[in-house]
Amino acid sequence: MTKTYPKASRPSLDNVSVSIEKGEFVFFIGPSGSGKSTIIKMLLHEVAPNKGRVVVNGKDVTSMRSWKRPHFRRSIGCVFQDFRLLPNRTAYENVAFALEVIGKTKAVARRVVPEVLELVGLGGKEHRYPHELSGGEQQRVAVARAFVNRPLILLADEPTGNLDPDTSIEIMRLLDRINRTGTTVVMVTHDSNIVNQMRRRVVEIESGRIVRDQARGVYG
Amino acid sequence: MRVKYVLSEVLVGLWRNVTMSIAMIITMAVSLTMLGASGLMYRQVDDMKDLYYKNIEVSIFLTQEVSEQERTDLQTKLDSDPLVKEVFYVSKDEAYKRFKEMYPDAPDLVKAVKPDQLPEAFRLKLNNPEQYKNIYDQYKDTAGVEEIIDQSRLLDKVFNVLTAIQNIALAAAIVMAIAALLLVANTIQVAAYSKRREVAVMKLVGASNWFIQAPFVLEAVVAGLIGSLLGLVALVAAKYLLFDGSLSALQGLLSPISWGDILFIFPLMAGVGGLISAATAWITLRFYLRV
Repeated sequence: MTKTYPKASRPSLDNVSVSIEKGEFVFFIGPSGSGKSTIIKMLLHEVAPNKGRVVVNGKDVTSMRSWKRPHFRRSIGCVFQDFRLLPNRTAYENVAFALEVIGKTKAVARRVVPEVLELVGLGGKEHRYPHELSGGEQQRVAVARAFVNRPLILLADEPTGNLDPDTSIEIMRLLDRINRTGTTVVMVTHDSNIVNQMRRRVVEIESGRIVRDQARGVYG
Repeated sequence: MRVKYVLSEVLVGLWRNVTMSIAMIITMAVSLTMLGASGLMYRQVDDMKDLYYKNIEVSIFLTQEVSEQERTDLQTKLDSDPLVKEVFYVSKDEAYKRFKEMYPDAPDLVKAVKPDQLPEAFRLKLNNPEQYKNIYDQYKDTAGVEEIIDQSRLLDKVFNVLTAIQNIALAAAIVMAIAALLLVANTIQVAAYSKRREVAVMKLVGASNWFIQAPFVLEAVVAGLIGSLLGLVALVAAKYLLFDGSLSALQGLLSPISWGDILFIFPLMAGVGGLISAATAWITLRFYLRV
């Protein structure tokens, strides 16, 4: 697929073709502006390619109507560099919010949220506010929120970008554990340390083209 | 649960920016009061037209020196005229009696006038009051006719004034409505901004569009409905204080406004208030939420 943003001199993604199997763990690496984040946006149906198709879970996202987007997003979890937590809600409430706004009852939240907070290693800190948590803990809340609805795919856009190396490793262990539950994990990063430690599939992008696709790769 | 969530969001939203909410409600109330008032006047003028035009008369005054023959001729002609429904003859004595009844408070005036000085007249009811002009053209040169006076011309002036007042009320309603709509748009923008984080998360996790938009739209609708309720209160107060109070002297002139009329106009005010606010909020969200 190809994506050219208006006013851009060259395409952000130029004739890129990637296939990710269910249950895979894939790193997209490359320098800033190489087009990694555009891939995430396409998977989220936030931008559409000018040419080619994006297929997620067997559904052609390219031709999907925008009113179907909310339902589509429920099968995808998202984690970002800047956590994107609600500052006036506790860890528990942040995760429960994600469930309640897609129509789950409070009873479901009461059952599921403590479970997933336990899974990400925040047992006992449910009622802390984001500002009372460390960066790593905040990112765990974000992961819990992304995972609470048991999505098929977890998209992580530089999830360790704001964290120190040790904390980053912990977050990666967490994503690895989530991947083992059968969830496909797609992670965009330029943290070479992490890529080298994980030894997972690496897709390297440069100037909108794939320059490397390696099964158990390292960072260049 | 979701209904409860949406409703609590609406209240929180109205309270978050309470001064703006009050401004929005007040302008909405004034606008809807004007709308209601002009609606009531519309009915009022219709009622009055029915009432007055039914009783409207054309008077043909006869000259002082009219002869017996001329009077009988005219009477026969009028009786057989297809435009004329009824003809009454008013003699000098009858005219004097009416004159006395009309000015009971001015005995000096009544004393100064002799029955002789008052003209005799034919009072006509027309099948269609608007055909006055034909009557006028037909009879103005008939022997013995002094003057033809049509009450409907006077009434037209009165109704022109009432229609003008009604138009002014309607114009004021529209101007206030524009102010109210701008306030709604502004309130929604502020609300969307202060909830931008929540909205971003909701979009991310796949909350449906109506669920994201409903609290904002309902916030505007609730303000519109409160505004229309205040408008209703204002109209009720106006009926009490003006029509039943200081203007009650004009009771015979103006047809009364019933409680039924006011209750009838309220759904219109509430509907207009609610729908227009909802539409404005929804359109504003198109620009500021992009869901």
